[in-house]
Amino acid sequence: MSNRMINILVPVISVILGLLVGAIVMAVSGYDPILGYTALWNGIFGDSYAIGETIRQITPYILAGLAVAFAFRTGLFNIGVEGQLIVGWFAAVYVGAAFDLPKVIHLPLSILAGAAAGALWAFLPGLLKAKMKIHEVIVTIMMNYIALHVVNALIKTWSGGGDKTERILDSASLRSDFLASLTDYSRLHYGIIIALMMVVLMWFLLEKTTMGFELKSVGFNENASEYGGMKIGKNIILAMVISGAFAGLAGAMEGLGTFGNMYTRGGFTGIGFDGIAVALLGANTPLGVIFGAVLFGSLKYGALNMPNAAQIPEEIVQIVIALVIFFVACGYAIRLLLSKISKKKEAK
Amino acid sequence: MEYVIEMLNIRKEFGNFVANDNITLQLGKGEIHALLGENGAGKSTLMNVLFGLYQPEGGEIRVRGKKVDITDPNVANDLGIGMVHQHFMLVENFTVTENIILGNEPTKGGSLNISAAAKKVAELSRQYGLNVDPYAKIEDISVGMQQRVEILKTLYRGAEILIFDEPTASLTPQEITELIAIMRKLITEGKSIILITHKLQEIMDVSDRVTVIRKGKGIGTVITDESSPEELASLMVGRQVVFKTEKGPSHPTEEVLTVKDLVVTDSRNVEKVKRLNLNVRRGEIVGIAGIDGNGQSELIEAITGLRKVKAGTVAINGKDITNKRPRQVTESGVGHIPQDRHKHGLVLDFPIGHNIALQTYYQKPLSKGGIIDYKAIDRFAEGIIEQYDVRTQGPHEPARALSGGNQQKAIIGREVERDPDLLIAALPTRGLDVGAIEFIHRRLIEQRDNGKAVLLVSFELDEVMNVSDRIAVIYDGMIIDTVIPSETDEQELGLLMAGHSRKEAAAIQAEEGDDKHVQ
Repeated sequence: MSNRMINILVPVISVILGLLVGAIVMAVSGYDPILGYTALWNGIFGDSYAIGETIRQITPYILAGLAVAFAFRTGLFNIGVEGQLIVGWFAAVYVGAAFDLPKVIHLPLSILAGAAAGALWAFLPGLLKAKMKIHEVIVTIMMNYIALHVVNALIKTWSGGGDKTERILDSASLRSDFLASLTDYSRLHYGIIIALMMVVLMWFLLEKTTMGFELKSVGFNENASEYGGMKIGKNIILAMVISGAFAGLAGAMEGLGTFGNMYTRGGFTGIGFDGIAVALLGANTPLGVIFGAVLFGSLKYGALNMPNAAQIPEEIVQIVIALVIFFVACGYAIRLLLSKISKKKEAK
Repeated sequence: MEYVIEMLNIRKEFGNFVANDNITLQLGKGEIHALLGENGAGKSTLMNVLFGLYQPEGGEIRVRGKKVDITDPNVANDLGIGMVHQHFMLVENFTVTENIILGNEPTKGGSLNISAAAKKVAELSRQYGLNVDPYAKIEDISVGMQQRVEILKTLYRGAEILIFDEPTASLTPQEITELIAIMRKLITEGKSIILITHKLQEIMDVSDRVTVIRKGKGIGTVITDESSPEELASLMVGRQVVFKTEKGPSHPTEEVLTVKDLVVTDSRNVEKVKRLNLNVRRGEIVGIAGIDGNGQSELIEAITGLRKVKAGTVAINGKDITNKRPRQVTESGVGHIPQDRHKHGLVLDFPIGHNIALQTYYQKPLSKGGIIDYKAIDRFAEGIIEQYDVRTQGPHEPARALSGGNQQKAIIGREVERDPDLLIAALPTRGLDVGAIEFIHRRLIEQRDNGKAVLLVSFELDEVMNVSDRIAVIYDGMIIDTVIPSETDEQELGLLMAGHSRKEAAAIQAEEGDDKHVQ
C-alpha cells in the first residue's frame, strides 16, 4: 500500500470506526442510530442554511487551531489561546463599535485590533519565558482566567452595568448580504476567507522565510540555534506573539462576524481549548488544521440537530461526537494496523 | 579452547539491508574478546542478536556447546549473558541498589527487602573490587561509578558472560585505567568478556583475541599479541591507515586570535578561566592540552560568544570581539566545531541540509530579503555532502539519522566552507573511528596550510601531539606552559597537565628513570 493511500485511508477509517462505536452507544441507550446519524448529516449538509452555519462554525476553529499549531511548531505549548481569543473578541468589538470610520478603514482596523490584543496577551507569557524561563503553560493557563474576568468587567463598565456590549457598526462587520442570501440567511460571514488566508500565511512563514527557519530551529534546539547566531529570547517572544495574533483573530471573527457584539461570560468559549485538539488532529500543519477544524466544526454544529430531529439527549450526542474525535486521534494505531496488513500481503 | 559462546555464520537482514553477513565469533572461557569494527559495521547488531533483541535469519548460537534459541533478553539473562550498555539504563534519582534490583525486586512479606539486596550488592562490589556504595544515588555519582553499577547489575543477575558496549566512550583516562583493572578482575573470578570498541589502544591493552567485522562481514579473528594496531586498523577499515597524519613544518605569520587576561565564570559563578593569555597565528595549529574540566569549555564558549566574559579581552585580527553575540563572532571570521555536536553543533530534528546551512541560511544566495531559497540550500548542502564525504541519503535526511562520524563531517564542512580565519575545533574526533579521525586531522592541517589559524582542544594526548604545531597546556583555568610537540613527550605533557611545572616534571621523570635503574 502506498503512503499516499494510507494517508487518505487513515482518517476515513477512523471516522467510520468512531461512527460505528457511536452507533453502538446510541443503540444500547435505546435510540435509533440511523435516525441519529441522519439528523447529524442533515445538521451539517441538510440545506444551504446548515452548510452556511457549519462553515461559520469552522472559521474560529481554523484560527484557534493555527494558533496552537504555530506554537507547537516553534517548540511552545500555548494553552492560552482561549484567553487570547476572548481579549481579541473584545478589542475587535470595541473598535468596531466605538469609532465611526469608512468601511475600508474600519473593518481592517477592527480585525487588526483583535489580532493585536491576542498578540499582546501572548506577549507576556513569551516575555516571561524568554527572560526568566517561566514555563509558558502555567502562565498562559492563568492568563485565560485573567482574560475572562477582565473582559467581563470591561463589558460591565462599558455598558454601564449591563451584560453585553454595544453592537458593532455596519462598517466594521464581516457579515455580507450576499453570503447570507446564498445560504438561506445563515450567519455565514467573510471570516472564512480571512481564516484561509491565515492558513497560507502560516505555511509561508514557517516554510519560506528565514524567520520561520529560526523559529523552528529555536523550538527544536535552543543551544544549537544560539550557536548558529539566532537570538533565542526574541524568537520565543515572536512565536508567542504570532500564535496569539491567530487566536485574537479567532475572537475577532466571533465578534465582527457571528455575533456583532460580546456578552459577559460565565465560562470559557471552549474554542481555544478545542484548538489544541484541532492542531493535534492536523499534525500541526496548516493544511491539517483545516481538516481538524472541518471535523470539529461540522460535528459541533451538526450535533445541535440531533436532539431536535432524533430526540437523542444532549449527553449521548456529546459522547458520540467525542468518540469520533477520539478515533481520529487514534490514527496512529490505525496506521500501524494498516502497515501490518500490507506487510502480511507482501509476505504472501 | 573451551568456548562459552559460539556465534556461527550469523546472518541478520533488515529488509534488503544485510547488517550481519556470515559472522562467526567464538568466545573462550576466561577470555577478553574484542569485537572491532567501524561505526555502523554491525557490531551492535551482532550483540543484539546474542542478547535476544534481534532474531538472526541464519546461523546458530551455542552457549557452552549447546545450541540455543535466544528469543528475548530474558532467555539471554537465564543463560548468564549480561550486557553493559554504552548509554546507561539507570534511574537517576534511585539509589544504586534500587537500580540493580529494578525488574526483580526481592520482597519480604509483600514489602521490598532493600537491605538484603544492598548487602548482596555490597558483597559483589567487594568481591570484584568495584568500590560502589549501595545506598548512593545515581545522580550523585560519577559516570565511571555509574558504569560500575551497570556491571553490578549484570553480576547480580548471575551473568557469567559480560558484553561491554563501547565502555570507554564517556570515561576519563583515569576511569579507563580503573575499568581495565576491573575487567581483569572479572576474568580472574571466572567470567568471560566480549568488548565492543573501535579504539585500538584499548584492544591492545586488554584483549586476548580480536574478531574484526567490516561493513557487516566477518573479516576474521586474530590473537592480539600476534597483531599490531596498524594491522587491526587496516583489517577494520579495509585499507592502510595513517596514524600520524603527514604534515610539513608550520610557517606562522600574523596573529589572528589574541586572548588577554581572560576571566570566565561558569553557571554557578565559579571562576573557570583565570586571567588566561593565548594567541594563535595564521598558519599554525595550537593545541590546548589539559584534563577535562580545567576551563577548556568555558574558554571556547567565551571566545565564540556563547558565554559572557567577566574580564579581559578577546580579539580577532586585532578587532575586539569581547562579549559580542555568536553571530558577530562568526561573521568576524571564526569557525567553530563545538565540543558537543548534539547540543550545540546540530539541530537533530532538522534535515542535515538545514544543519549545513545553520550558519549561512540568512545570507545570499541561500536567502534573499527574508525569503529562504530551499533549493539553493539543497544544492549547497549536496556540495558539502559530496566534498566532505558525508554518508547520507541526501540533504533531506534528518540529522539524527546520521552516524556520529558523518554528523561531524557535516559540521566540519559547514565551518570550513565559510573559510574562517580562525577555526576552533573542540574535541573534533570524540567517539569517532580511525578512518574518520584521519579525515578530520587532514582537514585541520589543510586549513593551516591555507594560511588559517587553528585552535584545537583535545583530551587525547596523541591527538594533541600529532596535530598541533604548538601545545598550550591548560591547568586550573590558566595556560601554565607552552611546548613544541617535537621537544616534549607524552609523559612530560601528562605531568604538565596535572599541574606540575616543567622543572618539576623533569625532576619526576629523572626520579622515575632512577627507580628503573635500581630495579
